[in-house]
Amino acid sequence: MSTQNNDNKPHEGRRAAPMPESPPGGQRGHASAERGGPQSIWRAPELSMRFWPVFLRNLLVWRKLAIPSLVGNIAEPLMWLVAFGYGMGALVGQITVNGQQVPYILFLASGSICMSAMQSASFEALYSAFSRMHVQKTWDGIMNAPVSLDNVVLAEMLWAAFKSLFTVTAIMGVMLGLGISHSPKLLVAWPILLGVGITFSCIALIFNALAKGYDFFTYYFTLFLTPMMFLSGVFFPLEQLPPVVRLVADWLPLSNAVALVRPLFMDQWPADALRHLLVLASYALAAFWVALALTRKRFAK
Amino acid sequence: MNQTFFQVEHLHKRYGDAEVVKDLSFCIAPGECLGVIGPNGAGKTTTIRMCLGHTLPDGGSITAMGLPMPHEAMAIKAQLGVVTQFDTLDPDFSCAENLLVYGRYFGMKDAAIKARIPQLLEFAALTHKADAKPGELSGGMRRRLSLARALVNDPKLLLLDEPTTGLDPQARHLMWERLQVLLQQGKSILLTTHFMDEAERLCNRLLVLDHGQKIAEGTPRDLIAAHLEPDVVEVFGVGAHALVDSPLRALAARVEVSGETVFFYTQDSAPLLQALSAYPQLRTLHRPANLEDLFLKLTGRQIREDA
Repeated sequence: MSTQNNDNKPHEGRRAAPMPESPPGGQRGHASAERGGPQSIWRAPELSMRFWPVFLRNLLVWRKLAIPSLVGNIAEPLMWLVAFGYGMGALVGQITVNGQQVPYILFLASGSICMSAMQSASFEALYSAFSRMHVQKTWDGIMNAPVSLDNVVLAEMLWAAFKSLFTVTAIMGVMLGLGISHSPKLLVAWPILLGVGITFSCIALIFNALAKGYDFFTYYFTLFLTPMMFLSGVFFPLEQLPPVVRLVADWLPLSNAVALVRPLFMDQWPADALRHLLVLASYALAAFWVALALTRKRFAK
Repeated sequence: MNQTFFQVEHLHKRYGDAEVVKDLSFCIAPGECLGVIGPNGAGKTTTIRMCLGHTLPDGGSITAMGLPMPHEAMAIKAQLGVVTQFDTLDPDFSCAENLLVYGRYFGMKDAAIKARIPQLLEFAALTHKADAKPGELSGGMRRRLSLARALVNDPKLLLLDEPTTGLDPQARHLMWERLQVLLQQGKSILLTTHFMDEAERLCNRLLVLDHGQKIAEGTPRDLIAAHLEPDVVEVFGVGAHALVDSPLRALAARVEVSGETVFFYTQDSAPLLQALSAYPQLRTLHRPANLEDLFLKLTGRQIREDA
């Protein structure tokens, strides 16, 4: 009883001619080139419009839950705004920004809208993206279709930024309704806040790629986002900080976002706008690259 | 004349020191169903992952529809349908929405997908569940929805990783029926399974994997004929073990003991059965040798610890 007798025969009965040893068209050489070395996880992002159906997928899920999630998204920042802005505002009175006296509530509103953009994008790119990636295995399903991991990560990034823009828009609407600011330059603040959302969803996706479970994200929020809130001039002017701390604070993404958005709420053009934009863009680009590399590593099994 | 439909040559994959796939070669002809069977940890899922470009091989080549994997992974996946071991259905979408959203990943237009959805749902016997979410479906329905989803792009080749694991017999039979319909339509299937009756029923050809290596290949019948005696007599009960050293041993070509049961493999069962009638306290089961016997002979009876 020999075991190996028939093993290498190609499919007796169906195929009369034997299979040639080598596939046509020099593909063998190609295959060995592939074999030459594993691709680096740090290679450039390979992006295409294939991300769009993935973005649409998230939009379709969200459309079913938009109204309840909207209430959740804007209720908390508004409560902060009203309680602190009017409560503390009565104690603080006016506050000086760039030599101009403004009511504390305007100061707070212009900072906290950046904070909301940050938190909304972070939450989506951490908890929700992690659910899709790890718990529901939605990403695995998508990648069995012709959509690459790079495009899935891009879609998640843009989706988190979109959701943050949605939250920001709703909050801005309420702020307009409350008469906190009527600056026409809010129209400029809006795309900048989209950029803030993009930056923070890129950063959050790094931690999404590293996470073993949801608990991990608590550290990100308490050890990274919360301290940054206090160091970025959301609640009080940066000038209050000791010089050493300011040195760090000036380079935090949130403080650069606040530096751009606050003057626009005051109907002024921000000083050093290009520098702040470059800082945000650098964070976004670097973070996306790192997030993509770490996600590739996570999926390369 | 040869347009390589699906060919794997000298595939290697190692994780650290563990070689999980060793020099694996096989091909799939158009319209053929190739079954891959092997114990847990044999390398089945890793092989499927390499066929999809999710895992990069350390050596060897994969060519599908004339295109090299993983270089042309997207072009190849556009022509594949995949059902994985664990469902990846979208829990927030209805059955119809699951199909629509998945079709978009292939770059299909909404109108084209929507035109296909009724027939896909009908094929999956889910027409009445079009608006139900996966969470409201039974296990069998979910698997059939996964199969319908894998068909949304009208693929040439289906990769099915344990498509009926965890299903009850009714659901399993319905799944087999559907897969047979697909084979009749000329689709090709690469199937991994732990169910030998499934392999026997669906597959033109089988590949037995163990420890990452191909240890046998052929049609189910040929494999049984080549490796096994045609008849099996199972004997169990008090005193069964003693038969191994009794004169009955000579009536069988091969004897195996597993737990309380003694397996006699024989070319001619009549003399053995007659001799066994002298032991009325023993229970005997006489049956033809099947794929399960083959599988256990080739891969052993012991439980795999790394499973």
